[in-house]
Amino acid sequence: MIWLVEGIFLITLAGVPGLFCSREGRGAERLACFLTLAGTACGLAAVSLALLHGGEVLLDLPWSLPGGRLALRLDPLAAIFLLPLFLVVACGSIYGLRYWPQQEHPDNGRKLRLFYGLISGAMILLLTAQNSVLFLMGWEVMALSGYFLITTEDHKADVRQAGFIYLIATHTGTLALFATFALLSQSSGSLMFPAAGSLPVAGSSLIFLFALFGFGMKAGLIPLHVWLPGAHAAAPSHASALLSGVMIKTGIYGLVRLTSMFAEIPPWWGWTILLLGGISGILGVALALAQHDIKRLLAYHSVENIGIIALGLGLALLGRSYHLPELVALGLAGCLLHVANHGLFKSILFLSAGSMIHAVGSREIDHYGGLLKRQPWTGILFLGGAVAISGLPPFNGFISEWLIYLGAFLPLRETSSMLVLAVLAAPALALIGGLALACFVKVFGISFLGEPRSAAAAAAHEAPAAMLIPTGMLLLVCVWIGLLPTTLTPLLNQAVAHWSVASEAGLATQVLVSLGWVSGCGWLLLLLVAVLSLWIFSRSRKVPREIGTWGCGYQFPQPRMQYTASSFAEFLVRLFRFSLWSERHGGKVGGLFPATTEFSSHTPDLVLDRLLTPAFRAVAWFFKIIRTSIQNGILALYLLYVALTVFTLLAFFAY
Amino acid sequence: MFGNLVLHLAILLIFAPLLLGIITKTKAWFAGRIGAPLLQTYYDLARLWRKGFVFSRTTTWVFLLGPVIGLAVPLLASLLIPFGALPAPISFEGDLILFVYLFGLSRFFTAAAALDTGSSFEGMGAVREVTFSCLAEPTMLFALLVLTRLSGGLSLDTLFGEHLISSWQSEAGASLGLIMVCLFVVLLLECSRIPFDDPNTHLELTMVHEVMVLDHSGPAFGMILYGAVLKMMVLGALLVRLAIPWNTGWWLSDAALFLAGLCVLAVIIGVVESIMARLRLPRVPQVLIGTSLLSIFALVLVLR
Repeated sequence: MIWLVEGIFLITLAGVPGLFCSREGRGAERLACFLTLAGTACGLAAVSLALLHGGEVLLDLPWSLPGGRLALRLDPLAAIFLLPLFLVVACGSIYGLRYWPQQEHPDNGRKLRLFYGLISGAMILLLTAQNSVLFLMGWEVMALSGYFLITTEDHKADVRQAGFIYLIATHTGTLALFATFALLSQSSGSLMFPAAGSLPVAGSSLIFLFALFGFGMKAGLIPLHVWLPGAHAAAPSHASALLSGVMIKTGIYGLVRLTSMFAEIPPWWGWTILLLGGISGILGVALALAQHDIKRLLAYHSVENIGIIALGLGLALLGRSYHLPELVALGLAGCLLHVANHGLFKSILFLSAGSMIHAVGSREIDHYGGLLKRQPWTGILFLGGAVAISGLPPFNGFISEWLIYLGAFLPLRETSSMLVLAVLAAPALALIGGLALACFVKVFGISFLGEPRSAAAAAAHEAPAAMLIPTGMLLLVCVWIGLLPTTLTPLLNQAVAHWSVASEAGLATQVLVSLGWVSGCGWLLLLLVAVLSLWIFSRSRKVPREIGTWGCGYQFPQPRMQYTASSFAEFLVRLFRFSLWSERHGGKVGGLFPATTEFSSHTPDLVLDRLLTPAFRAVAWFFKIIRTSIQNGILALYLLYVALTVFTLLAFFAY
Repeated sequence: MFGNLVLHLAILLIFAPLLLGIITKTKAWFAGRIGAPLLQTYYDLARLWRKGFVFSRTTTWVFLLGPVIGLAVPLLASLLIPFGALPAPISFEGDLILFVYLFGLSRFFTAAAALDTGSSFEGMGAVREVTFSCLAEPTMLFALLVLTRLSGGLSLDTLFGEHLISSWQSEAGASLGLIMVCLFVVLLLECSRIPFDDPNTHLELTMVHEVMVLDHSGPAFGMILYGAVLKMMVLGALLVRLAIPWNTGWWLSDAALFLAGLCVLAVIIGVVESIMARLRLPRVPQVLIGTSLLSIFALVLVLR
C-alpha cells in the first residue's frame, strides 16, 4: 500500500517544482515528467502486488476530520480502472514534453503541468477511497483541475466558454453526489463505504437516481453530455486524452461501485441504464459523424463509447435482478474491459490528433488530406486507433464488444419474462458499430489519404519521437489485448466476483475457450494479411507512381474536388435528420452560368444548443423583463412599492 | 479436421468464380443473348494475374491493403460457416459476431483504399458502401437472433444445424421464411447486385462497389474480384443451408447438394437482376429499413 500512497504523492506534486522555476527553462518539465513516471511506476507496482496477493490491500488510518477513517482500498474493481489510468498518464506526460514545451508556452505550461498532476493524483485517490468524504474530496479536486486543464488557453473566448459550461455541469453533478452520499450514509449508518452486497434495497431508488445524475453527468451519458464536446475540444491534446480516456470513466466507476453495495438490484435500474446506453451510443456516434472538428468528433465518440459501456453495465445489472450469473459475468466483464480499451484507443486517437494539429495548425478535418505521406508513423498509429475504436478484429475493441454481444444474446434462452427484450442491445450495438466504422473511415480517409487540402497540410512534418513513442506504446497494449485476451480474464473474473458478491462468479469456461479461439482467429487473420501483403507489395514494388488519379476524362482535377468530411457524412446525417437537425446555409445555384456560391453545414449539439441554451435564454429574458419593469433603479417606483405595501397591509388589518 | 479444412477451402476456392458465370449466363439467357462463357470469371482472373500494376501518384500503401483484406476476410470467414451439411472447420461459441465484424474490417479497408485515390468519384462509392452496410447490419443481427433462439447455441455451426428441418415444420417456419428474404436482401446488397448496385456499369454516378475499385489494376484488381466472389459464396452458403437443411450422411453427396443449392441461388440472383431495375439511391435506405422491420417481425414471431 505504501507504493500506492507514494505514487499518489509523486504524481500529484509532479507539477509543483515547476512553479519555482523560470518561465522559459526546460528543467522543470523534465523533472515533472520524471516524477510522473516514477509515480506511475510506484502505482503499477502497487496494483501488481495487490493482484498477486489475493487482489486486495487496505490502508486504514485514523482521521481527525469528522466522518470515519482515512481508508484506501485497492481491489480488482479499482485495479481495472487504475491500470489504463497509469498508462495514459505516463504516456501523456512524455508526449507533453514535445507537444506543449515550456519554451513555446511560457504563459500556461506550468499551469498545465501542475493541474495534469493534480487531476491524475485525485483520480487515483477517488478510485481507491473507501470513505465518502475522501471520495468527494478527490472528486472535487479532479473536477476543478479538469476545469484548469480545459482552460489552459484561456485567452481564447471559446475555450473560456467551454470551461464555464464544464464548471456548471460538473458542479450540478457534484450537488447530486452530495445528496447520494448523504442518503447512503443514512442507509448504512456511517460515511464509510459499506461492504459489497450489504445494503438493503429499501429506500435505494432515490440514491440510485441521484447517483445516475451525478455520475452520468461526469460520464457523459446523453442527455447529460452537454459539457463534453466543447471541453474535450478545448483542452491540449494530451489533456484531452486524459479527460476523455480516463476522467469520464470515474463516472462509470461511481455507478459500478455504488451498485455493488446493494444486496438486490431492482430491475428498473438495469433497464434505465440499458436504455440510456443505447441512446447515448446511437446518438453519440450520429453526432460524431456530423462533426468536422477532429477533437469535437473524438469527444462525441466518447459519448458513444460510454453508451457501449453502459449497455454492458445495464446487462450486468439485469443479470443481478433476474439472478443470471452468466449474464452478470459477460455484461460486467464487457463493460470493464471496454472501460480500459476505450481509455487506450481514445488516448491514441487524441494523441495522434494532437500530432496532426501540431503539424497543420488546424482542427478542421477538411484542412488536412494526404497526411499519410507526410506523417507516416502518426498515420499508422491513428489507423490502429481507428480500427480499434470501430470494434473490428483483431484489436481490443472487438474483444469487449464481443463479450457484451454474448451477454445480449443470453436472454434469448428465457422463455417468458420481460428480460427477453434485452436482446435489442445486440442490434443497437451493431448499428453503433456500423456508424462508428463509417465515421472513422471518414476521419482517416479525409485526413490521411488523398491530396493535401491546404498549403499547411502539404507542408506538414512528422511528429518527433517523443510524441510518437508513447502513442505507439498505447497501440501495443491495444494489440496485446486484442490478440491475447485470455491474459486479462483472471483480473476480469476477480472483479466480477467482487462486484456480484458471488465467490465463484466469473466468465464460464466455455467463454474462455471461445476467447482463445477469437485470439486464434486474430492471429490467423494477421498471418493471412501478412502473406498476401508480402506477395502483392513485393510484386508491385518497382511500379512507378507517376500518373494522376483517373478523373473520368477530366484533365484538370484539383485537391478541392475531393470528397470532404461534410460530403462524406451527408448521406448518413440526412438519414438521422430527425434527431440531428443539421443547419445548412447556401448551396443553391441558379441559371445557366451560375455565379460563385457558398455552402456550409453545421450540426449544433442536440441538448446544449437546442434545449438548454434556448431555455436558459428564455429564463434570462424573463428576469431581464422583471428587472427593467420592477427593479429598475428608479427611486420613485421603489417609494411607490413601499406606499403600496403599507396600503395593502393597512387594508388587510382594517378588515 | 484437416480433411474437412482442405475440402472446405477447395470447394470455396474452386467453385466460387463459377457463381458469377451462372449469373451472367442467366442474364444473357433472359436477354436472348448467348452471353459470356460460364468460365469467364476464371479467364478474367487469369488475365488479371498476368497483368502489371498502374498506380496513381496520390496513392499510398493503404491502396493495396484494401484488396489484401478484401481477400483475406472472406477466406477466414468461410472457415466459420458450414457449407451445407459439411461442418465449419472452426467453430466456437460466439463466432457469429466475429463473422459479422470480419466483414466490417474488409469494408473499412475497401472504403479507405477508395479514398486513397483522392478522386471524388470513389469518395461517393465509399460513402454509399459504408452507409448502406451500416443500415444492413441490424438486419443481419436480427436474423442471427432468430436463429439463435431456434437453435439455442451461439456458434454458426449450431445455428445452421439439422434442427432447422423441425423448425421449418413448426410455427417458426414463418420466421425462417422472413429471415431468408432478409438475408437475400443483405446478400444482394453486400455483393453489390441489382437492385442496390449495378455491377455492369463502371461509370454511372449511381454505382457503389464498382466505382470504389475503379483505380485498381492487375493482380490487385484480381484480388478484389476474387474476394468479391468468395464473399458471395460465403453469404450465399448461409441462405443455401437455411433452404436445404438436410444431411445426406456422405460428404460427396453433401457437397454436391450444397453446390447445387448455390447454383440455384445464382440463377435466382440472375433472374432478379434481369427482371428488376436498379433502385433510385434515396430508395435504398428505405428498402433496407423495411428489411430491418421484416427481421424484427420475424424475431417477434419466435419470441412470442
